[in-house]
Amino acid sequence: MSKDDDRSPPLDLRGADIAESSSKTRNCVTGSGHVTGMNPMEFQAPYPDQVLENVLENVLQFLTSRRDRNAASLVCKSWCRVEALTRSELFIGNCYSVSPKRATARFSRVRAVAIKGRPRFADFNLMPPEWGAHFKPWVAALGSAYPWLEKVYLKRMSVTDEDLKHLAEYFPSFKELVLVCCDGFGTRGLAVIAKKCRQLRVLDLIESEVADSDMDWIGEFPESGITCLESLIFDCVESPINFEALERLVVRSPSLKKLRLNRFVSIGQLYRLMVRAPQLTHLGTGSFSLAEGVAHGDQEPDYESAFAACKSLVCLSGFREIATDYLSAIYAVCANLTSLNLSYANINAEQLKTVIFHCHKLQTFWVLDTICDEGLQAAAATCKDLRELRVFPIDAREDSEGPVSEVGLQAISEGCRKLQSILYFCQHMTNAAVIAMSNNCPDLEVFRLCIMGRHRPDHLTGQPMDEGFGAIVKNCKKLTRLAVSGLLTDQAFSYIGRYGKLVRTLSVAFAGNSDRGLKYVLEGCPRLQKLEIRDSPFGDEALRSGLHHYYNMRFLWMSSCSLSPQGCREIARALPRLVVEVIKDEAEVNRGECEEHIDDAFDILYMYRSLEGPRDDAPHFVQEHSKQKQGIGLSNIVLLIIYPSMKRWRFGLEELEVQNGEFTKFSSMPPVEKQELAFTREKKKNLVCLF
Amino acid sequence: MSPENRNYFPESVVVGLNLKETELTLGLPGDTRVTMDTGVKLGTKRGFSETIDLNLGRSNVKCDDKVCDDELENDVLGGATKSLTANAQLVGWPPVRASRKNVMKSCKFIKVAVDGAPYLRKVDLEMYNSYQQLLSALEDMFSCLTIRNYMSEKKLMDPANGVEYVATYEDRDGDWMLVGDVPWKMFVESCKRVRLMKSSEAIGLAPRTPQKCSSTT
Repeated sequence: MSKDDDRSPPLDLRGADIAESSSKTRNCVTGSGHVTGMNPMEFQAPYPDQVLENVLENVLQFLTSRRDRNAASLVCKSWCRVEALTRSELFIGNCYSVSPKRATARFSRVRAVAIKGRPRFADFNLMPPEWGAHFKPWVAALGSAYPWLEKVYLKRMSVTDEDLKHLAEYFPSFKELVLVCCDGFGTRGLAVIAKKCRQLRVLDLIESEVADSDMDWIGEFPESGITCLESLIFDCVESPINFEALERLVVRSPSLKKLRLNRFVSIGQLYRLMVRAPQLTHLGTGSFSLAEGVAHGDQEPDYESAFAACKSLVCLSGFREIATDYLSAIYAVCANLTSLNLSYANINAEQLKTVIFHCHKLQTFWVLDTICDEGLQAAAATCKDLRELRVFPIDAREDSEGPVSEVGLQAISEGCRKLQSILYFCQHMTNAAVIAMSNNCPDLEVFRLCIMGRHRPDHLTGQPMDEGFGAIVKNCKKLTRLAVSGLLTDQAFSYIGRYGKLVRTLSVAFAGNSDRGLKYVLEGCPRLQKLEIRDSPFGDEALRSGLHHYYNMRFLWMSSCSLSPQGCREIARALPRLVVEVIKDEAEVNRGECEEHIDDAFDILYMYRSLEGPRDDAPHFVQEHSKQKQGIGLSNIVLLIIYPSMKRWRFGLEELEVQNGEFTKFSSMPPVEKQELAFTREKKKNLVCLF
Repeated sequence: MSPENRNYFPESVVVGLNLKETELTLGLPGDTRVTMDTGVKLGTKRGFSETIDLNLGRSNVKCDDKVCDDELENDVLGGATKSLTANAQLVGWPPVRASRKNVMKSCKFIKVAVDGAPYLRKVDLEMYNSYQQLLSALEDMFSCLTIRNYMSEKKLMDPANGVEYVATYEDRDGDWMLVGDVPWKMFVESCKRVRLMKSSEAIGLAPRTPQKCSSTT
């Protein structure tokens, strides 16, 4: 990156002269003599601990883990301030938990932003599509606050072509765009990014929905000169691309390491790309079959040698429309692979065996259940280093045939002792196999088992699956993520509450008997951050039992459970910083009659902590029960306040709230009882109430 | 459909549990199970995720049709305990992302040609579960044709002029086969396109039993 850029990136303190910083002013000078990119607005009167703060800056800049940074920021005001100055990667786990304005005001030197939007269950059509999570307000705020921004990572956000255009315009140093499970944009937006982001290193589109605006976006990359492209992932793009332009792009991108093609790239075209980019480490093969209209011929390129030439290849995926005859071409690279994704390839056990036999170093393996238990056994026999396994169903219905079962799971548990993460779809399972896995794979951190038939018990014993999941939480001491399924009673949740002390994410569907189940979890799992529940008989009483914990959570989702609107309102009243969204079946909601329908049954409860209160972009089918919106009578009254540095009095009755040092006045009201006042910890000591 | 799916609380777990109390319904807690007021429908309202899709063979698509909504309202008193119709799919279950499901399906659009018709049609074989359904759909599509079943052979016929058509398909290997020989699933996997061939031309694929109806041969 150019160091001569006028709008220089945040202060690099490594060269800072400590002696210089003993001066009381805030304007620090770097070794090179440049005044730093310090906004003049930030100048403050000198205050004590300046030296300490500068030392802190030098130290805290090395903190990379955001959890560590969060902890550091709570030590005291000084640490909070300095941590904010040295945080260069901003992670927003829930885009509605904090406003763009607030986030950018606190962290002034951010280079990389990650924002997550919709809850995961939205992926499965459980949430109406226009619910929210728009990137638009963020892109505007980021544009003004961080002109040096380099990286944007978005997950489950709605991004428009317009937003992408702004990204390209606002950030001349823009380098990396990663969009995971996003939607709302199309090839038109991609075209702008390709055209304008001259420093683009990474353009990764992962499982996103990309509208086909009939735009040749690949062709918009600069036609001449070397690019800095390192990663180009577009396997989820469901529209054809200009292959010739792609080929030229690859030729001009010597740094390209990751390339994942979509299914509109044929195997013949893949060959042409591979021979031009043997330095690839990550390859998504596209369709892996012949183009339409092309027939098998004698003059086919030597795919095997193309693969063999890619000596650095460690991650292989794609195979979107696989012609299995060509599978043998990849044998040469199998021995080096650490990651293999065959989850779009309809292959059987025999075909898999020919491949997996070579994959001794495999750590990540995604596959379709068409390989059957036999295929899993083969994987278990060879892949001793396996860390992550995902088995997807080719036929995702409750009553489809189940080609994989407890047999496969057992085999994996016996063969792959280092397993850390598993996602397994099946029709039938036994407690015994799950228990075996809990014993054989002590390193498990993620255990997601989806028995596709709802309420299905252990198919050998007829018992609920309580004991299996119980064993997992008990024996896998590192478990942080759990998804349960099958027939489960409250007992299963009792186990989770008792043993799942590190569990952060829990996913529940069609499980439990009563409120007790949810209570066990809410009372027993102190690390719980994300809880998603559907179609389970948990009601208001259970919801209440989590009041002590909801502020520690990123969100709670409950759909088709036994909650009532009163129960939700109760939570909202008790926890003012919680946004309580109640989402109804769209067809039933009439905007004007919202108030009258307040007692109707609803479909989804989605609640999350937020500093902002109810969002202003909520669509009509979302009802907010959050406290702020309740208005008069529930907020806070103070008669007289003396605030030392402001030296002001306020007389009369006013409704006030204090947020981060700012007074926000609600309204003047007729005399009412004094109620609680919302203070931040900081301001409490500076305020005096008089009546 | 396997009987397991019909039982929300299989017998083996029943003992000692107050099933009625814990029965899954769509209603609010404390409501009686069956209350169908004229205005506010408590307890019977179908939640967003209880929407049942009746489109045969297609999963995870919310049924927007008001008519179908109403029919189901009446059916689903007490909600989820009613068994689902044979091909009904619950929204969002199993939790597989649409993009993953769609990709497996999108390969199954195949072209259908009818001898003598000026243009072709495309059908998604994944939409159907049996040959009968497919032929019905073709019947709808090429409205001049009707299905005539006789001698366990499925044939399409144009009643206007009595021309009979034989459904044939091209498989993965490029061979032309008679529709109906292999199990449905195998057919879906191997079929690349369908041609409704005039019986008179289907010399090599003639039915084993002699034709009983007269036709323009």
